[in-house]
Amino acid sequence: MFRRLSIESESAATGGASFDRRFFLKCALASGASLGAGGVVQPAAGMPAAAQPQQSDAQFVVEARFYDKQPNRRIKCKLCPRACVVGDKERGYCGARENRGGTYYSLVHSRVCAAHVDPIEKKPLFHYLPGSLAFSLATAGCNVNCKFCQNWDISQVRPEQIAAEYLPPYRIAQLAQQYGCPSIAYTYSEPVIFSEYMMDTADAGHESGVRSVVVSNGYIQQEALKAAYGKMDAVKIDLKAFNEKYYHDVVTGQLKPVLETLTTLRKMGKWTEVVYLVVPTLNDSEAEFTGLARWVKANLGPDVPLHFTQFHPQYLLKNLPITPVSTLDRAKAIADAEGLHFVYIGNVPGHPAQNTYCPQCKRLLVERVGFTAGKMLIRKNACPFCGRHIPGIWHT
Amino acid sequence: MSDAPHADRRDFLKRALSGAAALGLVGAPACAAAGTEASGWKARVVVARDPQLRGGGSSVDPQRMLALLDRAMQTLFYRDHPAEVWRLVVRPGDVVGLKVNTLGGRGISTSRELVAAICERLQEAGIRPADIVVWDRDTREMERGGFHAAMGGDRVQCFGTDQVDYEDDLAMWGSVGSRLSKILTRRTNVLISLPVLKDHDGAGVTLGLKNMYGAIHNPNKYHPDGCNPYIADVNMLPEIRKRLRLTICDGTTAMYDGGPAYKPESSWQMNGLIVSTDPVALDYTGWQIIERKRAEKKLKTLAADGREPKYIATAADREHRLGTCDPKRISAIEV
Repeated sequence: MFRRLSIESESAATGGASFDRRFFLKCALASGASLGAGGVVQPAAGMPAAAQPQQSDAQFVVEARFYDKQPNRRIKCKLCPRACVVGDKERGYCGARENRGGTYYSLVHSRVCAAHVDPIEKKPLFHYLPGSLAFSLATAGCNVNCKFCQNWDISQVRPEQIAAEYLPPYRIAQLAQQYGCPSIAYTYSEPVIFSEYMMDTADAGHESGVRSVVVSNGYIQQEALKAAYGKMDAVKIDLKAFNEKYYHDVVTGQLKPVLETLTTLRKMGKWTEVVYLVVPTLNDSEAEFTGLARWVKANLGPDVPLHFTQFHPQYLLKNLPITPVSTLDRAKAIADAEGLHFVYIGNVPGHPAQNTYCPQCKRLLVERVGFTAGKMLIRKNACPFCGRHIPGIWHT
Repeated sequence: MSDAPHADRRDFLKRALSGAAALGLVGAPACAAAGTEASGWKARVVVARDPQLRGGGSSVDPQRMLALLDRAMQTLFYRDHPAEVWRLVVRPGDVVGLKVNTLGGRGISTSRELVAAICERLQEAGIRPADIVVWDRDTREMERGGFHAAMGGDRVQCFGTDQVDYEDDLAMWGSVGSRLSKILTRRTNVLISLPVLKDHDGAGVTLGLKNMYGAIHNPNKYHPDGCNPYIADVNMLPEIRKRLRLTICDGTTAMYDGGPAYKPESSWQMNGLIVSTDPVALDYTGWQIIERKRAEKKLKTLAADGREPKYIATAADREHRLGTCDPKRISAIEV
């Protein structure tokens, strides 16, 4: 069992580090207090410490919803574009699904390895209920292996290798209400790999009046996308780069299916924001920024928020420096010039480009300090100064 | 007792290499090094069989297994007595990890009789029972494979990594970044790999090199592309490479298709062991045995099935040099 819990990658204030459990709880409680948050759920309470006997996994195991059975007890997973063909007793690439005698199972339903109360700005979702809290959770595993992953100690492990708490969907909905969170956020690791749990929890939340948002890499097959993300109220997609080579070499995935996800979400009418982590020398060329901005404008429209965020050396990519702010400024300038209306810079505390401005009159509409929305002037989805429509979900 | 106790590892290697020069025996990584061919060295792989391994029944006869092991090891190391052989591999004070493979459950795991025979010989070579650790990734999986968990006391230890966790820090080489089992890194200084001779739906075959997937926390990340180059890269991790002294592949029951899970319809009782200090040569030899069985069963070759175990060549290439897969440089000895 691992001893560490992680927090989400947008933790600029802390440098995005992983913490030991005691330190994490201390920090989380402190930040919760300063944010006025109701507190922090402690999945760690009662968790087995390292090297203690394993918990039974029976309560976490449900049959997967997206797969086909094949001859010789093999299965073909239909959840993500990797489409793993998995033999009996083996697991898919994600490590969270296992073939047991020709039936494919998710091993992570209700198996929460991280649960925090976060500001929605930390996802980041900037055009979705600013200043609100999200009851944020993750299970272990991921369907890619990004060399820069900040939460690799939960995303790149098997479920049984990390302490977890049994939190069924109805319990998550209760906790969200208890902690004053209008939304549940599926985040930290990769929610694609716990789609069944996400779908059931979204249903439980909606029955209780709690919304759901997902923070995802968008590496998912279309059928599963429509079924699972169809239940979401907002989606944030990490578009890791705008070239296939980077996806192959650094992400261990593919770009094309992610772009298809974005266009499908657009057709589905889901509120979507796009984050692009700018990694020095690997995906920071002007041509790539330009291509990205043009693609977003042409396929998603100019009003989709695009966040350029700062990279910090992590995991398998420690040989590169932190992204210079000047590079982020250049990316934003290019995207602005291409006609995108809401281009943000993230992971740089105090940067003015983390605020929302009216594209028409240029007045400040939402001021953000750290992960909080200090000032929120949008009224009835419009700029109070010039009346221009400001896209997003601004009010509960 | 012709050999004096080992002074240290360097001394062991020096004597093994000089013995190899005289006898045609080859040390593991060195056999793939530049100049090896010119020296005329060949990697030795011993394939030992006993058609009567199970007597008249279905279970393995422990005494015959011990005799089979002795025959294989004595042939490999050119020694007349089993105790001499094992003193070439270990010395008193070593803590020896026996990495078994129990994924296949009762049907096709490293056999308990083989492990018992090795433990007996290790103790005769001066290893304390408590300094022998039989391990795999998961204790419950080991129990399903027929092993009884044992931790503590003055007895042979037997447990999975789940009992002690993986290292927090990543070990990295090439395409691989993984946490290693603390059984490997903290409990043992010698590694003996005890895989099972099996077909594998992804890698083609799963033998000694792939057995090391059981030492890392994230094997699921390294199955794409026929596990190539991942298997070779995992074996390059220094904590593995510096400990691995011997591979004994269990062919008591083997599988020629449908692996790695146990499928009785695709298995056969080879009743044999494959032994080598060159893990690449051993994998190559095991692969050829599986191919012969597939041909006998009128199955396509693994290459024709799109599953040629390319990782073996990668393990032998200039970047890895973990051993040799050149059949001209492998001396496969059937006994």
